[in-house]
Amino acid sequence: MFSRLGYSIKQSFSQMGRNKGMYFTSVLAITAMMLILGLFFVAFVNVDLFAKTIQQNYNVVQVYMENDNTDKLTEEIGKQIKAMDGVDNVEMVTSEEALQTLKKRWGDNAYLLDNLQENPLPDSYSVYVTDEAAAAAFAKNVVTIKGVNDITYYQETIDKLAKISRFIEVASLVTMIFLIIISIVIVANTIKLTVMNREKEISIMKYLGATDWFIRGPFILGGVFIGLFSSAVASGLVYLIYEKLVDILGGDIARILSVTLVPANYLIINLLIIFASLGVGIGVVGSIISIRRFLQK
Amino acid sequence: MIVFKNVTKNYGGNTGLNRASVHINKGDFVFLVGPSGAGKTTFIRLILKEIEPDSGSISVAGKDITNLSRREIPELRQKIGMVFQDFRLIEKKTVYENVAFAMEVLHRSKKEIRERVPYVLDLVDIADKADRYPHELSAGEQQRVGIARAIVNRPRVLIADEPTGNLDPVTAMEIMALLEKINVRGTTILMVTHAKDIVDQMHKRVVAIEHGQIVRDEEGKYGFETVNPYYFSGEEVDPYVF
Repeated sequence: MFSRLGYSIKQSFSQMGRNKGMYFTSVLAITAMMLILGLFFVAFVNVDLFAKTIQQNYNVVQVYMENDNTDKLTEEIGKQIKAMDGVDNVEMVTSEEALQTLKKRWGDNAYLLDNLQENPLPDSYSVYVTDEAAAAAFAKNVVTIKGVNDITYYQETIDKLAKISRFIEVASLVTMIFLIIISIVIVANTIKLTVMNREKEISIMKYLGATDWFIRGPFILGGVFIGLFSSAVASGLVYLIYEKLVDILGGDIARILSVTLVPANYLIINLLIIFASLGVGIGVVGSIISIRRFLQK
Repeated sequence: MIVFKNVTKNYGGNTGLNRASVHINKGDFVFLVGPSGAGKTTFIRLILKEIEPDSGSISVAGKDITNLSRREIPELRQKIGMVFQDFRLIEKKTVYENVAFAMEVLHRSKKEIRERVPYVLDLVDIADKADRYPHELSAGEQQRVGIARAIVNRPRVLIADEPTGNLDPVTAMEIMALLEKINVRGTTILMVTHAKDIVDQMHKRVVAIEHGQIVRDEEGKYGFETVNPYYFSGEEVDPYVF
C-alpha cells in the first residue's frame, strides 16, 4: 500500500519536474482565481457579521425630541411612550449624555467636539420594544406625537444590510462556480499535457496489466499538488491583504459603524480549510477528466 | 489456453473476424498468418480485450473473457506477455529499468525485482547491456529487451506481433530461437507474422486468416509434443518457470 503510494508520489514529482513551466503557470492562474474568491469571502463574512450585529439591536428605537421642547413636555412624552403598546422599557438619554457617548466613540478625534458653542444633540429616549413587529408599529405611531423630532430605527438598515449580504452571497457563489470551472479546465489541460508526454508509457502499462488507478495515481497527485500549492499561496496573500486592510480601516470602521472587522487570524484558518478542500477537489476532478480519454483508448 | 468459438467482429460494414473458431492448447507455438487486413490484429485485440466480439465466445487461460468487466481486464493482461514489432521500449529508461518497470506495474517487491530482472536479462542474453538505453542498442537487442519485459512476470501466453518485422534475417532467426526456448519451457506462444521463410523453417502449427475467416489450421500437426523435449523425457518441468 505505502510502496504504491510512494511510487505514485515519486512519479508525480518526476512529471512535475519535466513540465515545470506548465505546472507553474497553472499554480499562478489558480492562485489568482482563489485570490479573487478569497476577497469575496472576506467581504461576505464581514458584511454578514455587521448585519447580524445590527440585527441584535432591532428592539431599540431611539426617539429624538425637538430642541425647543420644555423639560415638562419631554417628560410628558416619556410617559406617553411608556404607555404605548409593545413598549418594554424606556430610558432617558439627555443631550449631555449623548455628547459624552459620542466623544467616547470618536476616541482620539474627540477634541473636535470640545470647541462647540452649544451641544447640538437633542434629548432622546431609548425605547426597548418587545419584538420586531412591535418595533415597526411603535416606530409608525411615535412620530405622530407632538414634540418628537425624529427616530432612529434599525429595521431599514437591517433590511438593507441583509440585501447587501445576500447580494454578496449570490455574487460569491456565481463567481465561485465560474472560477472553479476555469480552474478545473486549467488543471485538466496541464495534466493532459503531462499525459500526452507519457502516452506511450501509458499504453505499455496497460499491456502489462496495470490497473486504471495505478496509471491515474501520479496524475491525480499532480493535480492535487497544483491545488494544494495554489491554496496555500492564495491563503497567504489574502491574509496579508486583509491584515493590511484591518490595520488601515479597522479603526475607522469601528468608530463610524460601531462594529469591528473579523480578525485576520480567525479568518485565515477557515480560508485555508476551504481553499485546501477546493484545491484538492479541483485537482482530482481536473486530472480525472484529462486522463479518462487516454484510459479508454 | 486460448479458445475462440464462432467469434464474429465487424467494424461498421467491414468484417474483422467471421465465425472464427480456434483452439490453442497450453504449450502450443502457433503462427497466425494472413495478408494485411485479414483479421490478425482483430484476433489479438480480442484476446487482449481491447475490443468486444459481436458474437461468439473467447476464453483465455481457462477463463471466459467474453463478458469480462473493465475492472477485470488488468488481471487478464497480466497473464499475457506482449512483444511488438516496434519494440515499444521506454526511451528514457535503461534496459534494466524497462524490464523492472513491468514488475513495478504489478507492485512486485524491490527484492523480487532485484533478483528476477538480472535472471531474465541473462536468459535473453542481454545482461551485459543492462545499463544501456534503448537507442544505444541494435534492433535485435531491443527486441530481446522487449521479450525480457514480456516474460518477466511469468505470463501464461506470449503474443508476439510481427516480432521479426524490423530485423535482418540472421537476427530474426536468433529471436525465433529465443522464442522457441521460451516455448520449450512451457509458455504458450502466438506469433503474428508475414515472414513465410520463418514459418516454413520453424515447423509449427499455422493458423491462416483471410477476410476474417480461418482458412487453414494445422492443429495437432506441430503441437506441444513435437517441440517440447521435456515432454517425452519424463523430466519434471515447472510450466511457468519464467
